[in-house]
Amino acid sequence: MTLSRRQFFKVCAAGAGTTSLALLGFSPDQALAEVRAFKLARATETRNTCPYCSVGCGVLIYTLGDGSKNVRSEVIHVEGDPDHPVNRGTLCPKGAGLKDFIQSEGRLLYPEYRAPNSREWQRISWDEAFTRIAQLMKEDRDANFIATNEAGQTVNRWLTTGMLAASASSNETGYLTHKFARSLGMLAFDNQARV
Amino acid sequence: MTNHWVDIKNADLVLIMGGNAAEAHPCGFKWVTEAKAHRKARLVVVDPRFTRSAAVADYYAPIRAGSDIAFLAGLINYLLSHDRIHHEYVRNYTDFSFLVKTDFAFEDGLYSGYDAETHKYDRSTWGYQLGEDGYVVTDPTLQDPRCVYQLMKAHYARYTPEMVEGICGTPRDAFLKVCEMIAETSAPDRAMTIMYALGWTQHSQGSQIIRTGAMVQLLLGNIGKPGGGMNALRGHSNIQGLTDLGLLSNLLPGYMTLPGEKEQDFTAYLEKRSPKPLRPGQMSYWQNYPKFFVSTMKAWFGDAATADNDWGYHWLPKLDKTHDILQVFEDMNAGRMNGYICQGFNPLASAPCKIKVSGALSKLKYLVVIDPLATETSEFWQNHGEYNAVDPTRIATEVFRLPSTCFAEEDGSLVNSGRWLQWHWKAANPPGEARNDQEIIAGIFLKLRELYRTDGGAFPDPILNLAWRYKQPHSPAPDELAREFSGRALADVTDPKDATKVLVKKGEQLNGFAELRDDGSTACGCWIFAGAWSEKGNLMARRDNSDPYGIGQTLDWAFAWPANRRVLYNRASCDPAGKPYDPSRMLVAWDGLSGRWSGSDIPDFKADSNPADGMGPFIMNPEGVARFFARDMMADGPFPEHYEPLESPLAKNPMHPDNPLARSNPAARVFEGDRENFGKPDRFPYVATTYRLTEHFHYWTKHCRSNAVVQPEQFVEIGEALGAELGIRSGDPVRVRSQRGFIVAVAVVTKRLRSFVLDGQPVHTVGIPIHWGFTGVARNGYLANTLTPFVGDANTQTPEFKSFLVNVEKIQRVV
Ligand code: SF4
Repeated sequence: MTLSRRQFFKVCAAGAGTTSLALLGFSPDQALAEVRAFKLARATETRNTCPYCSVGCGVLIYTLGDGSKNVRSEVIHVEGDPDHPVNRGTLCPKGAGLKDFIQSEGRLLYPEYRAPNSREWQRISWDEAFTRIAQLMKEDRDANFIATNEAGQTVNRWLTTGMLAASASSNETGYLTHKFARSLGMLAFDNQARV
Repeated sequence: MTNHWVDIKNADLVLIMGGNAAEAHPCGFKWVTEAKAHRKARLVVVDPRFTRSAAVADYYAPIRAGSDIAFLAGLINYLLSHDRIHHEYVRNYTDFSFLVKTDFAFEDGLYSGYDAETHKYDRSTWGYQLGEDGYVVTDPTLQDPRCVYQLMKAHYARYTPEMVEGICGTPRDAFLKVCEMIAETSAPDRAMTIMYALGWTQHSQGSQIIRTGAMVQLLLGNIGKPGGGMNALRGHSNIQGLTDLGLLSNLLPGYMTLPGEKEQDFTAYLEKRSPKPLRPGQMSYWQNYPKFFVSTMKAWFGDAATADNDWGYHWLPKLDKTHDILQVFEDMNAGRMNGYICQGFNPLASAPCKIKVSGALSKLKYLVVIDPLATETSEFWQNHGEYNAVDPTRIATEVFRLPSTCFAEEDGSLVNSGRWLQWHWKAANPPGEARNDQEIIAGIFLKLRELYRTDGGAFPDPILNLAWRYKQPHSPAPDELAREFSGRALADVTDPKDATKVLVKKGEQLNGFAELRDDGSTACGCWIFAGAWSEKGNLMARRDNSDPYGIGQTLDWAFAWPANRRVLYNRASCDPAGKPYDPSRMLVAWDGLSGRWSGSDIPDFKADSNPADGMGPFIMNPEGVARFFARDMMADGPFPEHYEPLESPLAKNPMHPDNPLARSNPAARVFEGDRENFGKPDRFPYVATTYRLTEHFHYWTKHCRSNAVVQPEQFVEIGEALGAELGIRSGDPVRVRSQRGFIVAVAVVTKRLRSFVLDGQPVHTVGIPIHWGFTGVARNGYLANTLTPFVGDANTQTPEFKSFLVNVEKIQRVV
């Protein structure tokens, strides 16, 4: 019986114990693949999309951790989704490094604040951040909101604070962000498509 | 993309120009390989660099950066003068026969209506001759000198192969070879696809370059066909989606537009955007604009949006002008702005002219950065030695840096280049205290709303009335938001032909935009996404990859906008009688028995429109057909014309050597002070162009160890001729300088960049990969936009990163 790594993985996932399968002689052709299957067999597979270019390759993210409350799941592997009609399991050199993006040492871990003229960041709480940002926005909006223009036309715009939206955030985030920005009267509002 | 990634396999010819899919979109480029292997398709690459796309091409033609319109205009001239066009297609599906106003003119490089003071056109003469019936006057014989065909033929006759060679540097025989190969796809059963990216958009005339490409495709009858189309390879995973959702200064969701300040009357606002057909029997689908608009306002403002308050029309801000990113940094630099929020966007690296952006950010009172990574923008105030030589004590901006989740830590959908909305699932928890963007936006919004509720303030109405009915207001869930933009019925929606027939029950999700109403009975946040989450469930999450017709149309994989159509304008793949031009690659066809259009795709057409009734395939256009003549819709002219980049090695535009006003794009917007910041060829003799490498993604992957290992250090590329001239060998450190600043990098001397001789002068190209900066795990480097000019395309204001002037010198560097 010849099994690809993926088929082997499916068989294992279907319930039969991997050890007994191997004893019965059901094993993938290559030992290397076998080791990987064992490792991934204990992992949770989640379907996702590469967040880099717009080919939108399907990826499979493998995590360890059983979902219990105090267990943090850990990403152990990312690979191309073989079922995806565009990339059919492949990833390019960018996508192949996705695990290093998720686990980059450049990831930000907590809200930070830099005071005027300071050389340093200081850690703050989310509530402090939201409170101070909302205060600054409101002060600026209340002071500079333009209800009517010189011609007396209703314009209801706020030009002194602007926003740039992301290029890789989800539609759900983008939709909410748009709703938020326009309700404030923002016009200085763009996304990465402009550049 | 009008088509989609897998559909590239249906092409007979692939033209890659203004992009480099093999390196920038590698897994999509595989479909070019597939077409070559299984259809014997041929690949043509036209590029200033011999890229890896060029390396596997059947034919490569070099071109000077910034001269694409001249090349394509020469191609149009070739197709017209050699009569290599798809006659039936252009006669029936384009504006070839439409008559243009008699006072429209083009003289000495300028269209009628130019104002040299404001650098703007009065576009009132750029229109059609209208008959008494209100329809455009046409001449089906195509003999009238004012018909679009005759005007276009005369306009492009000036672009001879000699002229193309003189502007582009492309050898005449190479140009003609490309023309010959492309002309073959004028046969009804042959298709060419054009794949382009920022190599076309990032020019002061980027929109017109793309238009010229589209005109070529129309002449050949390649729009709407499998294996055809105009295919923009978008640079980021959800730039398409964010644009679809209208996150641009002047837009609303689904390509609706915000009102200008003169548009005080709601009815007039709607009427202007709901054009009546310009020819008999045409659909002009934008006539449904009021349904789209009212449904969006119902989604945004819920019960507070009523017919009495024009659905909240005056809660929307009204435009004085477009506040695009260049305008915003201009205003910020002039001290006219106080606050800025950067969500997953790194403008210090991405916007042109770093020194101007840095100075502008320093004038802000507050800056909020929301990002998973430590971006340069968030540290613009920090001294990073030579790479960011600022003095923090002199920068008074308050900065907040808020950690957000990345793709692996959230549910949601992204729109790929092929317009597929693909759902993804959360795999892991975010690190530390990072939160997803929805929680962060909600966190700020709810605080603000509370302040307005308790303390009052400037015009609180839209803030207090914004619909925020999420189960956890502090954390709106992706599925709630997706249902909201997809749309639902607020009352029973009935069949317009039979009021007793209920199409959708009150409270149910809508099936598509055909069910939208303008009476407040439907709510839909983005009409083109309507139906993505219907009563059948989340269609974006579908994962059936079956391809019953064998041409790559996986209709049950995810959801494509609009209405799950995979190839736009697909009715144009059939002849006027409704028969496919190539039955072996059928997208749709008219079935006379059932009286409907059907096939491997969802018809981009009125499903029961009999071909005999003559409805045109371009249903969004009031003409019903595609336009060669853009009317008044482009800022810089109805026909594309070659102008030099704002920074060019040529003193004159070879097309208009005697008119300095027509040297560069006459309608480009240049701010006071930036004009002096353009370099001249005497001091900056080389053409520079920026690009990506296959190992890196923008400014993100320098934070990723494996990518940083394979491409650790900043470099620039120069050709062998320039290397020899300047005594530079591979590995030497060089300084590349523009009028705006300099970068230092290692030189790679390569055959991939060749020199041109233009006007008797050699012109060299300098290649500048963009991926370095002063944060991340790769070696620190200079932000490439230190060099780039602060000017954008006249229509979109996309900055001119693809052709500007630099000088190069070898330096001694102590490491
Ligand atoms: S893996 Fe490569 S080709 Fe695929 S989406 Fe990611 S960056 Fe694009």
